[in-house]
Amino acid sequence: MITFDRVSKRYEEGHDALREVSVSIDRDELVFLTGHSGAGKSTMLRLIMLMDRPSRGQVTVDGQNLATVRPRGVPQHRRNIGVVFQNHQLLFDRTVFDNVALPLIIAGYDHREVGRRVRAALDKVGLLNRERAMPLTLSGGEQQRVGIARAVVGKPKILLADEPTGNLDPTLSAEIMNLFEAFNQVGVTVLIASHDLILISRLQHRIITLQQGRLVTGNAP
Amino acid sequence: MMGRRENLRRKEGASPSEANLRDRYHGWLQHHRLSAADSLLRVLDNLGPSLLTWLVIGIALALPVGLNVALDNVNELSAGWDSPAQISVFLQEGISADRANQLEIELSAREDIAQTQFVSREEALAEFSTLSGFADVLASLQKNPLPNLILITPTDNLQGSSVSALRESIQGMPDVAEAVLDMEWLQRLNRIMELSRRLVMAIGLMLVAGVLLILGNTIRLAIENRRDEIVIVKLVGGSNAFVRRPFLYTGLWYGVGGGGLAALLVSLSLWYLEEPVGNLVLLYGSAFQLRGLGVMGALNLITLGGLLGLGGAWLAVTRHIASIEPR
Ligand SMILES: Nc1ncnc2c1ncn2[C@@H]1O[C@H](COP(=O)(O)OP(=O)(O)O)[C@@H](O)[C@H]1O
Ligand SMILES: [Mg+2]
Repeated sequence: MITFDRVSKRYEEGHDALREVSVSIDRDELVFLTGHSGAGKSTMLRLIMLMDRPSRGQVTVDGQNLATVRPRGVPQHRRNIGVVFQNHQLLFDRTVFDNVALPLIIAGYDHREVGRRVRAALDKVGLLNRERAMPLTLSGGEQQRVGIARAVVGKPKILLADEPTGNLDPTLSAEIMNLFEAFNQVGVTVLIASHDLILISRLQHRIITLQQGRLVTGNAP
Repeated sequence: MMGRRENLRRKEGASPSEANLRDRYHGWLQHHRLSAADSLLRVLDNLGPSLLTWLVIGIALALPVGLNVALDNVNELSAGWDSPAQISVFLQEGISADRANQLEIELSAREDIAQTQFVSREEALAEFSTLSGFADVLASLQKNPLPNLILITPTDNLQGSSVSALRESIQGMPDVAEAVLDMEWLQRLNRIMELSRRLVMAIGLMLVAGVLLILGNTIRLAIENRRDEIVIVKLVGGSNAFVRRPFLYTGLWYGVGGGGLAALLVSLSLWYLEEPVGNLVLLYGSAFQLRGLGVMGALNLITLGGLLGLGGAWLAVTRHIASIEPR
């Protein structure tokens, strides 16, 4: 589903964020991406999202070589991927419902279909009764779940998460991870970047470890 | 357009969960309606700054349009002045004062002539020497070079072409050397009007450019204010066109409001001028009435405002939205 073939990423300042990374993630897999801060986890996710392009090597997503996706095609590419990014949070002047509906509005769904799907997604993350709430009135864990609902509402084949439990206590973190496992159960490919080793080693999934931009473990499923 | 259709086709093939084309068309229409309403609400929510923007646009549009309406009125007014032009009738040399007097009486008896005034060659010379400052030169002349002159004012209701006909018929009379239509001042007025129109056009173009820049800047600030939101929308797959839409509508609303305000300002100024102009015109015994913008003029002004709004927003949006990308 997602393949990195000897991918390197060097930022303009000459810093190598990724060095010759080769890894393949299968359909239906849930994979953790771990490593110290600055190891290159976010960079990998950014390359998958086409928020950046690799300096060398090739990234393939769902059979498509991302080098062939032109700027005009980037929005379309992103619509097929759900993301939960720690620093790209919610629209705080919109209700929970409107936040979750955003990807559907962008994709051009009819408003009845939007309502149906948004409620289904909110139901899955256990926030059905908060659809009219404003995000700021929600707790951190609830906000994160709104973000997850937004990521899955368009039924993407791939779900990416960057430090989704970063600010949460262990119980809430475990709940969030269970949520990701549930989506993986129904066939979504999930890739989660996290440095919370204690939490992720308890879950039975493949762990890819990066160290200073190099892949050190987790190469094969 | 092509790209969009291509995308749709690819997308349809890509995943069974995608909405079909007709639903998408509805969704697209809905997003237009949503953007229009949302933008209008945002404009109205910030009523203070929005009012200021409307005023700036309104004044900038009202100025050239108001001047143009004023010129139209002057044109209308001077069209009524074409007919009572003066005709100067220069008599043949050697015509006696008695004969000249008789000719004047003959002419004043005509129905198409309202008034005549005889200016003898001596009077003309005296007037000319005082006015020209050539008194010494003229005094040294053996002989008065000026002819006798009869000034004629045609009747009020005479049209321009009949005045020309009158001039020709007088020209044909035996004792008349030349009959000259005194329309120079009218031509001068027309030239001044032409110049004024161009001036107003130039001012108008400058103000329109100003409006575009102001709108562009206002929209740029609106984009800057919603930078985080744009980043999120792009991250979940919003295209540049999708992100642009609400800002284009914002520009449209600013422009339409400004155009409406301009129409209001012009109408108010005309209303303010109506009484003094009426009094002035009454003094001259004319039936002239101030002409306003009219409904069509107001609608045109609002449309122009809307187009300028869209244009200004487009300037800002093409320059600033593409560069806002999730990092
Ligand atoms: N936009 C950027 N410009 C320059 N350097 C960057 C940029 N983004 C990340 N880096 C650098 O690349 C390295 C990897 O960053 P990142 O992928 O964010 O690591 P992680 O998510 O594992 O903490 C870090 O050293 C970081 O400083
Ligand atoms: Mg990171």
